[in-house]
Amino acid sequence: MNAKRTDKLATGLLYTLAGIVVLILVFLLGYIILRGLPQLNWRFLTTPSRAFTAGGGIGIQLFNSLYLLILTMMISMPIALGASIYLNEYAKPGKITNTVRTMIEILSSLPSVVVGLFGFLLFVVQFGLSFSILSGALALTVFNLPLLTRSIEDALKSISNDQRNGGLALGLSKWETVTKIILPAAVPSIVSGLILSAGRVFGEAAALIYTAGQSAPALNFADWNPFNIDSPLNPMRPAETLAVHIWKINSEGIMPDSSAVSAGSAAVLIIVVLIFNLLARWLGRLLFKRLTSGS
Amino acid sequence: MQTEDRYIIDFDENQEIALETKDLHIYYGDFEAISEADLKIPRFQITALIGASGSGKSTFLRSLNRMNDGIADVKGEIWYRDLNLNSKEIDVYAMRRQIGMVFQRPNPFPKSIKENITFALERHGMTDKQELEERVETSLKQAALWDEVKDKLNQSALALSGGQSQRLCIARAIALQPDILLLDEPASALDPISTAQLEETLVNLKEQYTIVIVTHNLPQAARISDYTAHFSKGHVIEFNDTKDTFTQPMVKLTNDYITGDFG
Amino acid sequence: MDKIRESLLKPSRTSKLERRGKLISLVSLSSICLVVIAIFIFIAFRGLATFTSDHVSLVDFVTGTVWNPDVEVNGQPLVGALPMITGSFLITILATALALPFAIGTALMMTDITPKMGTKILQPVLELLVGIPSVVYGFVGLTVVVPFIRDVFGGSGFGILAGTFVLFVMVLPTVTSMTVDALRSVPKNYRSASLALGATRWQTIYKVVLRAATPGILTAIVFGMARAFGEALAVQMVVGNAALMPSSLVAPASTLTSVLTTGIGNTVLGTVQNDALWSLALILLLMSLTFNLVIHFIAKRGELKQ
Repeated sequence: MNAKRTDKLATGLLYTLAGIVVLILVFLLGYIILRGLPQLNWRFLTTPSRAFTAGGGIGIQLFNSLYLLILTMMISMPIALGASIYLNEYAKPGKITNTVRTMIEILSSLPSVVVGLFGFLLFVVQFGLSFSILSGALALTVFNLPLLTRSIEDALKSISNDQRNGGLALGLSKWETVTKIILPAAVPSIVSGLILSAGRVFGEAAALIYTAGQSAPALNFADWNPFNIDSPLNPMRPAETLAVHIWKINSEGIMPDSSAVSAGSAAVLIIVVLIFNLLARWLGRLLFKRLTSGS
Repeated sequence: MQTEDRYIIDFDENQEIALETKDLHIYYGDFEAISEADLKIPRFQITALIGASGSGKSTFLRSLNRMNDGIADVKGEIWYRDLNLNSKEIDVYAMRRQIGMVFQRPNPFPKSIKENITFALERHGMTDKQELEERVETSLKQAALWDEVKDKLNQSALALSGGQSQRLCIARAIALQPDILLLDEPASALDPISTAQLEETLVNLKEQYTIVIVTHNLPQAARISDYTAHFSKGHVIEFNDTKDTFTQPMVKLTNDYITGDFG
Repeated sequence: MDKIRESLLKPSRTSKLERRGKLISLVSLSSICLVVIAIFIFIAFRGLATFTSDHVSLVDFVTGTVWNPDVEVNGQPLVGALPMITGSFLITILATALALPFAIGTALMMTDITPKMGTKILQPVLELLVGIPSVVYGFVGLTVVVPFIRDVFGGSGFGILAGTFVLFVMVLPTVTSMTVDALRSVPKNYRSASLALGATRWQTIYKVVLRAATPGILTAIVFGMARAFGEALAVQMVVGNAALMPSSLVAPASTLTSVLTTGIGNTVLGTVQNDALWSLALILLLMSLTFNLVIHFIAKRGELKQ
């Protein structure tokens, strides 16, 4: 009888623990969105921020975040693709491959602040790129590469070897087989992984404060020549992102409405991450369907 | 008359030889999967490779167009058009265009039916639209698939049935107009009706192609092949006219195998 | 010589493509490895300067309790990193310890109690918790946790405890999903055998499943600790940023990461003050490496046992 009672008690305890975890998430999301929602309007999303007075928006930061995300993905995607292809298709099991895998694992577990500091030393100081979008994108690439490589490798691994044999038997090279048959077949899961990593990159701040910088100079949204200093596309300008903005105004903000601005920014950040999450699932499934059914 | 340990047929001079292995040994690490295989593959005939699981027949087949590169260690010679294929000077990619292969499980690419056939052709430099279309049609006709798919060439090949997929894989292989077609248990994943269609297709193909087929299905070997090689524990122990192999085997082990007596 | 023979004897376009493709992918992979090596070289080079060119003794650095790089005593800057090291370890251990029961509980729900429902609800919950950016955690910590602690315990509210609460939620999904993996890898027949012997579900979980999954759960804990140890901004926002030995859990303190994030921008590259910060970064890097080694060690031992 005693064992039965313990069993019931324990089950109850497990339900409670899991329930608390769910409640934490519900509270977090509810709190952020309820506090942030009143701030959200077109003006808030589009106007530049103000350092000392109330009423600033997050327009430039939002743009910076998106631009940085795109640049980061453009740099990290080809590298991660190449690396994962080598790991999954060419690397022979052995000491060297194991060492390489361990190195990638180490990179993926490095604190992002360390990645940021490295980016500061290499890109900002050594390469003389100063605090700029480009420095930030390179640092985020370092931060993003190990996970992206792993997720693409998993996607490649999930494609049956029959497909590889099929390509080889037709006199195609491994490279052609992988890039033209295996990769397209793996696109649904690669896209899911890509979007999820995009969410991570979008919310990252620690790797950026000493690479992309903590200031958001005014931009001229009429000038799309990347070589002009106030063009939004200029990769050499410093660019505070949304995530950095939240950190910045909370740790040293002097604007009177910093709490409202951060609530709004946090809500935007969360909503974007949520959208990325849903998009990853939906797009992955959609692409998979398109791939397997008659078009 | 089952007194010999080993019997290999002598072809008469008129029979052209498409492929010949000499003293072929194949190793997986320390394990010798094939030893001393000497086999002549007659041109424009169907040669069946039979034998119990683990006898090395698939390993042997996969070595013929060097699909075992990087997997197994192949020693010995494979002669094709007076060239030893098992040597460094051979460009494997060009070679595999001449010696195609179809696998156990149908493996159409996740592309349209048409692209499955044009894909490799385009990669090999064929760009002319007209020519490509013709190849699609002839290869599908040769594989006896044309009538079933001619109205849905642009649909995904993954929607085809197992038997259709396998015939598409054959069409895909013969679209490259190879000399030799290697088939590794191509019907083992198919139902009886699809198997029958496939067999008919193969018999029709032998007018233009040399075919080597690995099969577990002895009646199939008896039905479609002209010559049969029996593999046992890594050795070719009997290679003879199919009719003779199945009616009066020269080697006792072959007799045991085809009568199902493994005792 | 016929055409086919010729084509077999000269390198085809395809083989050139193959060589080029292999090279491209090898270069990509090597570049990642190069970055990893560069990280260690760069940070070690900067971090060791404190000891080589500024002549601070390593022992003083690790055991000193006063962090005030601007002040020199007997020609030596006051760079005792123990307050930050203590702060980092304290927060890491407390947060992971707090997360562990919740992680195991949640994981058990997903594997043993209500696998279907559990996975349907809890899996997305975990994914969303991972997805929330760390600055958002910091913001919620700052606006909810810190005032709460201030109300209950008095003081400013900033400190180790606030950091613990924030990091608890941040490491929770990591520890949970890895625990789930560990529990799932326990063979099904262990469970059925135990149940068939008349054990209750809880006895089975407690005596069989959790024991069998221990190495995996240990790995999950170390992963959680690694994440907690390296987290910077969320902690920095709530810990109070006072480089003092923590006297209580609710007094302002600091961690390696928090001092780094606030300090690097306020010092000049190459000065003693700056070098000392890089030494903290080096400690951070080495700790991350240590966590990795521990995980490998646990995995190795697990393999040996099987």
